[in-house]
Amino acid sequence: MAEVMSMEDIRTEASRLDIDLSVVDWNSVWVPPGEDFGIKSDDEDLHEDNSLEFDAGFGNVIVVDNLPVVPKEKFEKLEGVIRKIYSQIGVIKENGLWMPVEEDTGKTRGYCFIEYNTPQEAELAKEKTNGYKLDRAHIFAVNVFDEIEKFMRVPDEWAPPETKPYTSGENLQHWLTDEKGRDQFVIRAGSDTEVLWNDARQVKTDPVYKRPFWTESFVQWSPLGTYLATVHRQGAAVWGGASTFNRLMRYAHPQVKLIDFSPGEKYLVTYSSHEPSTPHDSHRVVLNVFDVRTGKVMRDFKGSADEFAFGGTGGFTGVSWPVFRWGGGKEDKYFARLGKNVISVYETETFSLIDKKSIKVENVMDFSWSPTDPIFALFVPEQGGGNQPARVSLFQIPSKEELRQKNLFSVSDCKMYWQSDGEYLAVKVDRYTKTKKSTYTGFELFRIKERDIPIEVFELENKNDKIIAFAWEPKGHRFAVIHGDNPKPDVSFYSMKGGKVSKLATLKQKQANALFWSPGGRFIILAGMKGFNGQLEFYNVDELETMATAEHFMATDIEWDPTGRYVATSVTSVHEMENGFNIWSFNGKLLYRISKDHFFQKEEEISKNLKKYSKKYDVQDQDISLLLSEQDREKRKQLKEEWERWVNEWKTHHNQEKTERQILRDGEASDVEEEYEAKEVEVEELLDVSEVVVPDA
Amino acid sequence: MRPILMKGHERPLTFLKYNRDGDLLFSCAKDHMPTVWFADNGERLGTYRGHNGAVWCCDVSRDSSRLITGSADQSAKLWDVQSGTQLFTFSFDSPARAVDFAVGDKLAVITTDPFMGLSSAIHVKCIAADPDDQVGDSVLVLKGPQGRINRAVWGPLNKTIISAGEDAVVRIWDTETGKLLQENDKEVGHKKTVTSLAKATDGSHFLTGSLDKSAKLWDIRSLTLIKTYFTERPVNAVAMSPLLNHVVLGGGQDASAVTTTDHRAGKFEAKFYDKILQEEIGGVKGHFGPINALAFNPDGKSFSSGGEDGYVRLHHFDPDYFKIPSI
Repeated sequence: MAEVMSMEDIRTEASRLDIDLSVVDWNSVWVPPGEDFGIKSDDEDLHEDNSLEFDAGFGNVIVVDNLPVVPKEKFEKLEGVIRKIYSQIGVIKENGLWMPVEEDTGKTRGYCFIEYNTPQEAELAKEKTNGYKLDRAHIFAVNVFDEIEKFMRVPDEWAPPETKPYTSGENLQHWLTDEKGRDQFVIRAGSDTEVLWNDARQVKTDPVYKRPFWTESFVQWSPLGTYLATVHRQGAAVWGGASTFNRLMRYAHPQVKLIDFSPGEKYLVTYSSHEPSTPHDSHRVVLNVFDVRTGKVMRDFKGSADEFAFGGTGGFTGVSWPVFRWGGGKEDKYFARLGKNVISVYETETFSLIDKKSIKVENVMDFSWSPTDPIFALFVPEQGGGNQPARVSLFQIPSKEELRQKNLFSVSDCKMYWQSDGEYLAVKVDRYTKTKKSTYTGFELFRIKERDIPIEVFELENKNDKIIAFAWEPKGHRFAVIHGDNPKPDVSFYSMKGGKVSKLATLKQKQANALFWSPGGRFIILAGMKGFNGQLEFYNVDELETMATAEHFMATDIEWDPTGRYVATSVTSVHEMENGFNIWSFNGKLLYRISKDHFFQKEEEISKNLKKYSKKYDVQDQDISLLLSEQDREKRKQLKEEWERWVNEWKTHHNQEKTERQILRDGEASDVEEEYEAKEVEVEELLDVSEVVVPDA
Repeated sequence: MRPILMKGHERPLTFLKYNRDGDLLFSCAKDHMPTVWFADNGERLGTYRGHNGAVWCCDVSRDSSRLITGSADQSAKLWDVQSGTQLFTFSFDSPARAVDFAVGDKLAVITTDPFMGLSSAIHVKCIAADPDDQVGDSVLVLKGPQGRINRAVWGPLNKTIISAGEDAVVRIWDTETGKLLQENDKEVGHKKTVTSLAKATDGSHFLTGSLDKSAKLWDIRSLTLIKTYFTERPVNAVAMSPLLNHVVLGGGQDASAVTTTDHRAGKFEAKFYDKILQEEIGGVKGHFGPINALAFNPDGKSFSSGGEDGYVRLHHFDPDYFKIPSI
């Protein structure tokens, strides 16, 4: 069938073959591969692909520059070397290697062209061999042929870049200037994502911005609360602004799965993993480090999932997130990742490895940065069946100097906990008992800021107690431990003050499995999440007394307001019922409650509200409570008037129908019980009057 | 005050009704036997024997002499309140559900469920002063709504009948012509089955409770939505305080899901709301299952709740309750 049939012909042919064209599923019709029966496919994708290949058909050609210039007799040898290098990467097309020579001398010109079968191979070759050192004088410069054209277009004359007039952006920290010192939080429920003020004094939320289908998987505040990041199929985006939440920047990263901000929110790390094309390959992962403000990719990392999956536990398809851990406090100077037997530390100035080398540590399992200083702690497990002890070391960056090391024996696992100011490091060590059948737990406490970093061994009174949770007091010197084996464990508080660990108190038999310190320290919530039905105990560690006990049934998440004034407990749709959240005051008073169906996520914006404002808060507390009653009174009055109108209407109707009703009741006149009793009583009470002088802040 | 636990029914409660004087409490349950109690101390006075199926609803005449009950045994029965004797049986071809005496007690409305191909219907019957003259013929039969009609009550001066049920629509019917006068605005109406309906004492407005986790207050003449009360559970029962501006909503998780969770998850509480501000003001716990029935004593000083657990709980309010500041 050489010529193309017209639709008419097809119809007649179909009727001849007794086929009802209207019921034919054309998508299920398959033509033998390579054969189109002379019919051009009108599949658009196919066309596009073809045109792509023909229009710029040099995507599979690379140009290798900086080759040695060799005379004729060495030509073949050089060609052999190049062919050897590049055929490892992909299949070089027949006659695909072309090395031009100078016509008169026969010398090579120091570059060659290599044509691969696919642009992917070319891309890979470029990636792998660009910068390849053939010898000292010859470092390959590899480019895809198509790109040469792009470079050619660069004008020879340098033209000064146009200076764009400065346009002032929106104040991204506008929320910090909120008059009432409130914090924002974001919730996702159903398809909607909402940003709300936590207006605890008016015991309600105050909407800021709401947008359906804002994100495709989750939203995240940046660590300082400047940005709100959303995650989409094409990449991530950040939003911010006073109240409108404009999109500030987009970060293209197809199929992005996870994102992570650096602590100073200068950089954003995005992560995606791709199904391998062949089943025996492992997942390919791509990590990009973006500059948050410019949206530029500062560095990308590609590789198989295995390379990135080392160490740590849990995480996303084998990769423990975040892959890169940021160190050195808020300056975002360093980031590091764990590899097999190495820790790779990069610096953000150049986005390359410090000293161009990773730190070699045999069998390193885990590492953890100090939250404030460029120091990290790493853990190496026992080797050789106990011949080589396990080890915890502290490393300083960029000197890569080992500050302190401690060997540990018969260790099964270690966990590191840094105190938020980087003053202390607690290493929870699970050790085998002599029989090796069970484990018990002890702690190694490092005092980082003291001379020579003294280490203290600390064990619970009952060594066999299982440790359920451990938490440092933020900015403080105390820590809390939940320990015990029975369903009602004990909670103990210890202090690092005075050169030695001292116990402050033990609370017996608490229904708790998680600890949540207030960001300001001093207060802690002992929470019994999930299995413990959401028991909450608000505890004051200064006074060693329970302030309140409460329950948020089935609570799955607890989050402190960054100022430590409020606590949000929520039940996300992990649990099928009760979805919603409660807002509590720090001392355990339930302020308000909001329930949402299909509630997914809640995060509070981190505002670094400062202590010095607390006076101001108090003043505003009063103002607002006055304002509240004002507004409230207004609203209530309105509602009441509305209601009165209804009641009056009903009353008139009722009176009009009185006689008719009597007739219906055979003349029985008793309407007594239906009389309205509307009494208005107004009580005015002066609750409290106080004067506060507001210093100019 | 400590609630009085009234145990007498063996199956889930379905309906509660006080007489006008507020001294008697009638309870209906799925155990076939409507029961009458002293509303003050919860002592059982007696039962009305004769039904052969779950009893869904009842009403008592203004002078507390007659009781009418609607039952799943495809009948509605008239009883003598004092002696407990059956006076008359209205037989239907499908289960009877809601019953309500008209003003003057000369008419009664009875709804029947859809059953074996029969659609649901609202029947209006004449109630004779002398039971010997009683006939079973319907004065009027209204048909139309799809699905079960869970409640039907009389409107002002017996001129209208208000019905609500599974199709979530509240309807007003003309009792003269039998025509449908009004349906509620779909925009603001309930989204799921209306389970309960309670009229104000003066009949000027009514409250509907629905499985869509809300209760709505309507004007009985214009069918205007006045208030909406949101809760966390499907609403099975509603009641309005005759004394204060309070409404009570009862309900809870579906009975079939109860055993799968902690009893606290069920929220088997009677929730009090401020009628005007639509704010929750309190709750009364106690039942081990969803609350199916709620009723206020006409004096507003006590209320009772009936649950899926088969208990009736009679609550006399503490003096504090009357001091709750309204507005």
